[in-house]
Amino acid sequence: MKRGIAGSLESNDALITVKESDTLNITIKSIVYDFFHEQIEKVIRDTLAELGIKKIDVTCEDKGALDYTIKARLTVAIARMTEEK
Amino acid sequence: MKNFLDRFVPEGFKPFEGSGAYKNKKRKLIKEKATSQGFKTLKSVADMFDKLGISDGMTLSFHHHLRNGDFVLNMVAEEIKRRNLKNIKLAPSSIFPNNKILVELIEKGNVTDIYTDYVNGPVAEAISRGKLKGMCVMHTHGGRPMAIESGDLHIDVAILAVPAVDKCGNGSGVEGSGACGSLGYAESDLKYADKVVFVTDTLIDKAENAQLDGKYVDYVLKVDAIGDPNGIVSGTTKITKDPVGLKIARNTVKLLEEIGLIKDGLSMQTGAGGTSLAVAHYVRSRMIEKGIKGSFASGGITGYFTDMLDEGLLNELYDVQCFDLKAVQSISRNKNHHAISGSRYANAFDDNIVDKLDFVILGATEIDLNFNVNVTTDSHGMLMGGSGGHSDTAHGAKVTVITTNLVKSRLPIIKEKVTTVTTPGEDVDVVVTERGIAINPRRTDLLEKVKNSRLPIVTIEELLETAHSITGLPDKLVLSDKPVGVVVYRDGTVIDTIYKVK
Repeated sequence: MKRGIAGSLESNDALITVKESDTLNITIKSIVYDFFHEQIEKVIRDTLAELGIKKIDVTCEDKGALDYTIKARLTVAIARMTEEK
Repeated sequence: MKNFLDRFVPEGFKPFEGSGAYKNKKRKLIKEKATSQGFKTLKSVADMFDKLGISDGMTLSFHHHLRNGDFVLNMVAEEIKRRNLKNIKLAPSSIFPNNKILVELIEKGNVTDIYTDYVNGPVAEAISRGKLKGMCVMHTHGGRPMAIESGDLHIDVAILAVPAVDKCGNGSGVEGSGACGSLGYAESDLKYADKVVFVTDTLIDKAENAQLDGKYVDYVLKVDAIGDPNGIVSGTTKITKDPVGLKIARNTVKLLEEIGLIKDGLSMQTGAGGTSLAVAHYVRSRMIEKGIKGSFASGGITGYFTDMLDEGLLNELYDVQCFDLKAVQSISRNKNHHAISGSRYANAFDDNIVDKLDFVILGATEIDLNFNVNVTTDSHGMLMGGSGGHSDTAHGAKVTVITTNLVKSRLPIIKEKVTTVTTPGEDVDVVVTERGIAINPRRTDLLEKVKNSRLPIVTIEELLETAHSITGLPDKLVLSDKPVGVVVYRDGTVIDTIYKVK
């Protein structure tokens, strides 16, 4: 199964792992889960929509990243997954 | 019951009525403990429990000068565990991650109540999870001596780690392998506990300028080591390299200059954090450029301040606790570097040092629109600190400055309401962030002084908006309604309640 990883577990960053999947699964672990999990899920869904992806497995391990960081990490993780042979 | 800040106060506690309410109260002093006719020697920790009759329900106190290197609290905890004593109350001036053995004692009901000024690590987490049967009572560094001397906090046995003890029982913090400098937080325990034990690893003939008077000491126990020197003092404390922290520090000093505080005779206190030290560094540079001299610095003392003392930029240091090795060395050789007690430092009813401060630079976990500051819990309500001297210095100093990043790991530091109030907003004057400086509207005098300033002066509401524009709007967190502790203001009243974390 193809997969791609981007990001880190440093403060203010997120580690995003994506895998090919027949369904859409989004898993979020975050140090600010209580305050921002809906917004983190929204930025993931919006980014996937922009990229035209409907089925994928996304795991986001968040250490307080801002939206643009999450978007960038997700985009790169997907690019790495796509490039994988 | 609700207090002055509309915060809940559990039954049996007095509500906070404002930071100046103590002025209408009188100092209450119990009799000092009986002086001993020479101390007796103990053979072991077990011998100490036997001779002193340490038993169920007693209150034992400790100081935290050995910080994360302390062995003494842990030795006593081991013995409580071995004897399976019940309902012990502990009153250490702070608790650090290396005291994790207490978690087990809390879970088994050996320890049921804790009185401290600061708690961090596994013990804090256990308290937040509701494991403690009784309450965690969080004092301030000035409130603790007040509670002890007034009899509000009665201590059966003070078990005090002392780096060196001489033949007359006098205790010194500057000799021995566990040298930690000032022993300021131990002085009230020494004078007012029913019984006092010194635990040391170094016996000497005569201590020069011993801080702890041997006449109060009942027993001395010699052990192999009272602590791990690496955990006692950090080798060095360093200025931040983070450009955001440096910008905050530079703007803080520019602001101090504009409000006229960088002047001959200035007095100051900063913490030992990287940004605080950067403020001290820039203040020092400005003092040299302007050719001025300060009167004193106080608090936890670092090498930055001992350098300023050596350079003649400060006349005196009032040191309740040494933060690094340079401070320990300085206090033993420089007669203008004074070891002071916690009471002299910050007790509202004593002739204290904090009241004489021109300015203090402090940190914050959260600050709200009323300038209330939280340094006790994190934004989830988890206990992770405590006032220490935060609310004492904030009240005493003429100008109290909070320096902080506006956002830390996506969490806005400015809140509509802080999770827990440690320091009341009436005592907080300025908040300096990388995105702007907010001045408390109560301080019309300061606002007047900066009205033509080129500094980025904004309102606290604007800081909140800026923070939200970066992070997004955080969801509201609902705390549980089960109290696990109280935040006691320096006058003995409850300023806020700490709740169990789900």
